[in-house]
Amino acid sequence: MDRVSERASPRTLFDRLWDRHVVVSETEDHPATIYIDLHLVHEVTSPQAFSVLAERGLKVRRPDLTMATIDHSVPTLPARPDGTLPYATEAAARQVEQLQANCAQHGIPLLDLGDTRRGIVHVIGPELGLTLPGKTIVCGDSHTSTHGAFGALAFGIGTTEVGHVLATQCVLQRKPKTMRVTFDGALQPGVGAKDMALAMLATIGANGGQGHAIEFAGEAVRTLSMEGRMTLCNMAIEAGARVGLIAPDETTFAWIEGREFAPAEADWDAAIADWRTLRSDEDATFDKEARLDAAAIEPMITYGVSPDAAAAVGKAAPPSNDQGARDAADYMQIEPGQAFAETAVDRVFIGSCTNSRLSDLREAARVMRGRKVADGVVALVVPGSEQVRRDAEAEGLDRIFLAAGAEWREPGCSMCIAMNGDQGAPGELVVSTSNRNFIGRQGKDVRTVLAGPATAAACAIAGHLTDPRRYMEEMRDVA
Amino acid sequence: MSRDRFERLTARTLVVPQANIDTDQIIPARFLTTTARDGLGKAAFYDWRYTADGTPKNSSPFPPDGPGERQILVAGPNFGCGSSREHAPWALLDYGFRVVVSSDIADIFKSNAVKNGLLPVEVPADIHARLLASPGATVSVDLESNQLVMEDETTVAFEVEPFARHCLLEGIDPLGHLLSQDAAIAAFESEAA
Repeated sequence: MDRVSERASPRTLFDRLWDRHVVVSETEDHPATIYIDLHLVHEVTSPQAFSVLAERGLKVRRPDLTMATIDHSVPTLPARPDGTLPYATEAAARQVEQLQANCAQHGIPLLDLGDTRRGIVHVIGPELGLTLPGKTIVCGDSHTSTHGAFGALAFGIGTTEVGHVLATQCVLQRKPKTMRVTFDGALQPGVGAKDMALAMLATIGANGGQGHAIEFAGEAVRTLSMEGRMTLCNMAIEAGARVGLIAPDETTFAWIEGREFAPAEADWDAAIADWRTLRSDEDATFDKEARLDAAAIEPMITYGVSPDAAAAVGKAAPPSNDQGARDAADYMQIEPGQAFAETAVDRVFIGSCTNSRLSDLREAARVMRGRKVADGVVALVVPGSEQVRRDAEAEGLDRIFLAAGAEWREPGCSMCIAMNGDQGAPGELVVSTSNRNFIGRQGKDVRTVLAGPATAAACAIAGHLTDPRRYMEEMRDVA
Repeated sequence: MSRDRFERLTARTLVVPQANIDTDQIIPARFLTTTARDGLGKAAFYDWRYTADGTPKNSSPFPPDGPGERQILVAGPNFGCGSSREHAPWALLDYGFRVVVSSDIADIFKSNAVKNGLLPVEVPADIHARLLASPGATVSVDLESNQLVMEDETTVAFEVEPFARHCLLEGIDPLGHLLSQDAAIAAFESEAA
């Protein structure tokens, strides 16, 4: 293709982001070398990457484009009287110490324990204005797709690639195909981004986006808040796509303005002018398309052991003759045809990089305000960052949760990945605002039901699976 | 750094037909609090292999001491979905697998596997169904010719991303490739600045 026709051909947002970051073009023999503008590092997937640097005598090329935080292994219980943290294991404590030592050695900024900006890696990036439209962002964590909500090209990488980025600020990548998921129409009241994500998964399947970068489009996406957009992009990986994307717009710019690392003054105007160009051309074509009717989406939950086993919480588990679905039903103890409202709940987790932001906590608090968590149900609310914790406490959300009988914890990944000691007991049914309902994800033999924050809060109050709108209607009546 | 090379392997298959076997199955998250990459074989499919009190399950498809001759894992569709944890291929390799065969293998898992000498092989649905139906079959996987040969001598071509294939065949670490592009990277940085 010659240069003129190349310029004339319509391009997708993904094409634009990709083309801006190609250092060495892809050939049949090797992938493209892609430059990375922001490398987010945490304690779990980085130690072996730093070891490789040490073995080979390599330095970190751009510590100034790297930011580290502590989130996965850190306890969400407060420090003991002697100031030490109640780590789940010695190994977890060592992993945190290792990150601290690696960051100190290589001059990488670290949002350490005690830093007022620390939090879950995918919460702090946007919060600090590090996540910006047009950037390439990677992290050794599959939910890096979250940052695509800002029109950034963001994807999860493995530990070997973490080493590549530390040493060269680049990754080797084959260009994925593009997919557009369009949500037509407006959401009903009481339905949110998590419900959109689960509805999409139920429609396209857990490998429906495999090999593709998904761009989310349509009226219901454009009217979502930034938090909602992050939730949606966060779940793109659950469809097998490494990348979720939303074109930046006024909502995006308003959210970013004034944040610590965001451009300011003259730089801000130049940045906005550039960011406005980051969109798919009207006539751009995608390798794959899916459309959903947003108005038809209801509050959703999962009933199986893969995030695409999702259905409206007000309904019943769908029938299935598939062996895998029958095995999942046996594990979950949710039989096909059984109304979800018949399923008792043992534990509720509100948090994770999917749903731990201030708006998520407000949504949960709106349901819990003036009500009590059902007898026998343990409810855990874990803010995504120190900033979210402070903001929530300033609004009194913590007092609403505590008055309802829920626990209010320190920020971290907590029960999403359950490697910090926060987990369910064998056999328990956990309603969780996190992103994965895999077998054993939240503890051995724990049964996980994914839901949005309002639904999770409603399930805590009711003591069984339930549609959150029943409480929202009552609240409107009171008002 | 030296890498495990991969040219060809003839071995028997160990079949787990379940769809969507995710990285939490391959290695549960509680084993990720390690700062090393060795010795994770014990954690491979841990909850499939051991009861809550740590005694081996007789019902497990995975033998306690590794797969023996069954170094080719044949799994259901969408194998390796879930997290980016490279601990998953590390655990499978340390346990004793060298090849994973499925109809489709999750993107990040595939990328992590090839970087560590674990060969991901994606085969068409009909071949996949036949492999799933014949556990313990002897299968040959040849990366030089990109062919999988079944027990009845049916030969199936498979694709591996060419650069990953080259690195696997030669035992090359792709970091060397990136480091050799230092001048291009520096030029990109000065243009962007």
